[in-house]
Amino acid sequence: MLKDYKNKLLVGLSILALLVTGFYLLYQIDMDIFFYQAPSRIRRVAAIVIVGVAIAVSTVIFQTIVKNRILTPSIMGLDSVYVFIQTTIVFLAGVSSPLLLNSQLNYFLSLILLTLFTLFVFKYLFRLTRNNIFILLLIGIILGTFFGNLSTFMQQLISPDDFLVLQNALFASFNAVNENLMLLTAVILIIMLIIVFMDFHSLDVLALGRDAAINLGVNYDRKVSQLLVIIAILVSVSTALVGPIMFLGLLVVNIAHELFKTYKHAYLLVGTSLISIIALVLGQMIVQFVFQNSVEISVIINLVGGVYFIYLMLRRGRK
Amino acid sequence: MISVKGITKLYGDKKVVDDVSLSIAKGKITSLIGPNGAGKSTVLSMITRLLDNDSGDVLLEGENIFTQPNSELAKKISILKQSNHLELKITVRELIAFGRYPYSKGRLTNEDNALIDEAIDYMELGEFEDRFIDELSGGQRQRAYIAMTIAQDTEYIFLDEPLNNLDMKHSVQIMQILRRLVRERNKTIIIVIHDINFASCYSDNIVALKDGEVAISGTKNEVIKKDILEDIYEMEINIECIMGHQICIYFDEHADATVDDFVKEQAQI
Amino acid sequence: MAQKLFRIDILIIILIILSIISMFVGVIPLSINEIFNLSEQQQNILATSRFPRTVSIIIAGASLAVSGLIMQQLTRNKFVSPTTAGTMDWAQLGILIGLVMFPAINLFGRLAFSLVLAIFGTLLFMQIITRIKLKDVIFVPLIGLMLGGVVSSIATFIALRTNSLQVISGWMHGSFSTVISGRYEILYISIPLLIIAVLFANQFTVAGMGEDFSKNLGMNYTRVLYTGLFITAAITALVVVTVGMLPFLGLIIPNIVSMFKGDHLQKTIYSTAVLGAIFVMFCDILGRVLIYPYEISVGLMIAIFGSFIFLWMIYRRVKTNA
Repeated sequence: MLKDYKNKLLVGLSILALLVTGFYLLYQIDMDIFFYQAPSRIRRVAAIVIVGVAIAVSTVIFQTIVKNRILTPSIMGLDSVYVFIQTTIVFLAGVSSPLLLNSQLNYFLSLILLTLFTLFVFKYLFRLTRNNIFILLLIGIILGTFFGNLSTFMQQLISPDDFLVLQNALFASFNAVNENLMLLTAVILIIMLIIVFMDFHSLDVLALGRDAAINLGVNYDRKVSQLLVIIAILVSVSTALVGPIMFLGLLVVNIAHELFKTYKHAYLLVGTSLISIIALVLGQMIVQFVFQNSVEISVIINLVGGVYFIYLMLRRGRK
Repeated sequence: MISVKGITKLYGDKKVVDDVSLSIAKGKITSLIGPNGAGKSTVLSMITRLLDNDSGDVLLEGENIFTQPNSELAKKISILKQSNHLELKITVRELIAFGRYPYSKGRLTNEDNALIDEAIDYMELGEFEDRFIDELSGGQRQRAYIAMTIAQDTEYIFLDEPLNNLDMKHSVQIMQILRRLVRERNKTIIIVIHDINFASCYSDNIVALKDGEVAISGTKNEVIKKDILEDIYEMEINIECIMGHQICIYFDEHADATVDDFVKEQAQI
Repeated sequence: MAQKLFRIDILIIILIILSIISMFVGVIPLSINEIFNLSEQQQNILATSRFPRTVSIIIAGASLAVSGLIMQQLTRNKFVSPTTAGTMDWAQLGILIGLVMFPAINLFGRLAFSLVLAIFGTLLFMQIITRIKLKDVIFVPLIGLMLGGVVSSIATFIALRTNSLQVISGWMHGSFSTVISGRYEILYISIPLLIIAVLFANQFTVAGMGEDFSKNLGMNYTRVLYTGLFITAAITALVVVTVGMLPFLGLIIPNIVSMFKGDHLQKTIYSTAVLGAIFVMFCDILGRVLIYPYEISVGLMIAIFGSFIFLWMIYRRVKTNA
């Protein structure tokens, strides 16, 4: 009976995702510029699907490892590092630098540096802090603050015109995503998904905790460090593709837990991905149709996600 | 048979477990006892590979467990640690089903389901089968976890303070189940236990640890002796034979004033 | 040795020496030999810029360090501070809201907005941490930092809508270079707050033990708690309004002092205040000297030193706890 409910929920979410996406694609579509408008909207939807799934899957896995519903991989200072990379490019090489303007070059540079940073925090510090994930995150946030302050300082020294160019690069946006990069990100995402889904039962076991997982024959330390690498790659590709969206993961995973009330990762992974896509398409509609592109989607998502976070924190204790 | 050979654990410069060697006989209950900080749980964690050791070996039927694949080991030994806080929405049956993971890797066969049913019956958990773990009482939850290890069907079962937070009735219940497992299924059980009288009444062998070293290891009649226990716990302990069990009495005889008065009154009369 | 270095008299001497240096470091040369025959321009510089700067550094450094100490006592958590509880972000958001609603708002108006939101934010944080089940010493500041992230994303939203992101982020970035006479005096309000903090010091410690514990000792728990929260929020708002964000200060200074002098508040509160001032003064002077005649903002200097000291603190903790 319960299983039935969860399957129905998945079907329902899929239909909702299709409806929302369809609405977005067709809303106020102008037949005169159809051949310009339609492909551009389809491109955005594709980018949303890629980023939505990457963030959803990485957050679900991360929360299973840290056994905590409040923490997400994106709070460990990754957005500050992204801002720092972009600011440094403008500061050192100027706004006309190909590193900023050539989206492919910028993508690879960001991807490599972000993955290195995440891997450093995860792999090296994981050992140093003896698996204490909270300390790990705290160190990540401190490094984030450090990079954030360096960025602010540099931003003061560049001209206001340059800053406006930089500002566009700093916030997540689905408006101008390069097709080739999208394809590449999709390939990376699919490879990671295959690795995760080949062994998703072991995620259920990991959720029981380290001792129980080892008892049941899972090679805990190796499995966790493999998953951390996957998380690092997923978060980095999505950030490099569109920019940081800090509170998306928190928002969608918690909604998924509320709806599914299960520990089973088969449901959680798929459900969270669907919710993530729905949230992003809705966000994009608000940005595009309500604010006429004058606000960035990451700001909207952070606002909603952030308020939801405070609500979660206050509600938790009452139970 | 499990032989532990000189395992050592260092925290910084401090040796919390120092060159511990012992052997665990098949088909018996072996209790690990000792004062707080003696290293009981650390030893248990090292034997069951939850914790890396700094030196020494653990041999299971003559084979080193540290070099065996973890997934194979999970079919031979199981370990249940104390205080399992789970914030997961997981039912009793689902938890017990995890016991089959070493065999089925999550895809349950009919045979697995039959074994899960059997474990549920064995622990008399039928009526709770579909309840969530966090809705159960302490005793019921402990039984559910033990049912999971039964489903795991390993020859060796390690339990770290299984009686923690349980009242007398449930403690006795758990210990009777363990005895039954040894008797009916020829399991080998190793427990860390605080209550010395439970150790004395229900185990075959006792290993006493003190300051990270083995103080004494032997059958329960060899270990439950006044001078040995007084030495380990550094307090006065008297041992009385009550209903065929060696019971340790470690209360201050002047503890209860009313008893004192009663004795005096009796004397006057 | 280190113990001796943290003696209050030695700390005060160091602070005095640094203050004198601070008075004489800057773009317009001033030499200590000329102190008795200064030109009018030089006197002017000293009175309108150097002196206000030095004084505001001392007040800001001392009061932020003490407010961190109070927060740590009240929450019994060494990792809580105006930065890690999000108080600074709330104060910043307050200023921004004030500016958007009343573009011509004066310093007191901004302070009022900032204060209200800082108090609200601190209360919200306290509500949250009393409600969460997991009282892990690291988890609590993580919650605070995320809360701060939420608040600053609201601030970013507002700044983006008004197209003033660069101006505002520059403005909030801690710096004493804009401190001149007529624009910093508001900071003096921190001094009575500091005095109240010293007077209440012991009660904060007791309140940190929890409501039941304090009631058992016959203390008005709620009053002490709110006094402490008000002081920290007010100090934070004052500093953010006059000099901008100074990250980590309230976090690392009390921790360093407690490493060497223990946790007895009466013994440590003065050292914490003086060391806070020394640290900010040191960072500010270094920022003025390093790329002379330009300046590296004190916010950046503190962030650099602060994050490394903080990482070292965590490292020490990890090592000893292992």
